[in-house]
Amino acid sequence: MIELTVTHREEIIAHAREDFPNECVGLLLGKTNRAERLLRMENVEHSPLNYRVEPRALLQIFDEMDALGLELVGIYHSHTHSPARPSRTDIELAGYPDAHYLIISLQDQERPDLRAFTIVEGMVEEQEVVVR
Amino acid sequence: MAITVYIPTPFRDLTRGQGHVPANGATIAALIDDLESRYPGLGERIADVDGVHHHVNVFVNGQEMRSLAGEGTPLADGDEVAFIPALVGGYE
Repeated sequence: MIELTVTHREEIIAHAREDFPNECVGLLLGKTNRAERLLRMENVEHSPLNYRVEPRALLQIFDEMDALGLELVGIYHSHTHSPARPSRTDIELAGYPDAHYLIISLQDQERPDLRAFTIVEGMVEEQEVVVR
Repeated sequence: MAITVYIPTPFRDLTRGQGHVPANGATIAALIDDLESRYPGLGERIADVDGVHHHVNVFVNGQEMRSLAGEGTPLADGDEVAFIPALVGGYE
């Protein structure tokens, strides 16, 4: 389960629409599965097919996160032409088993679909998204 | 004095939750060996016989290891080394 605010949900959808047709990516920081802060990140691939965050940017954020006592509770990215399910690549390359991977699908532009998953050593489990 | 190593959250299950640990090594490769001896299992999260995994980024005082001398990058007391798993994905 991951808990986020209505504003977080709206912000994720807005980010996905702004970066369309490219994939967007961002982080949710918080405590024990409850998101408190949303950080938009740059998809340095600028691609409709994949995303990558510059590791140097992560290094800086992780340092600040530790100092603030926050955890990486979620990583969101968009799928612009496919459902909100982790792709084979998403699963193979998932390096954060403690975080929720949120996928916002814009396959149906009118009805964005936001879903969350944990990906642990190739095992995918859908998790509830609680919007407070 | 030693080298200060930043451990990202996905590896902290092996460091009893610690985010920064001291370690020693004259190079990145030696540092990884030292980390493995202190925290069994940590070494293979970072590297295998071919070197550091492609999906792990290593920073030495904020400089990416691959822009320095790779696993042979020399280290000195007081250096700060960070391991950052890649944040990547894509469509099939």
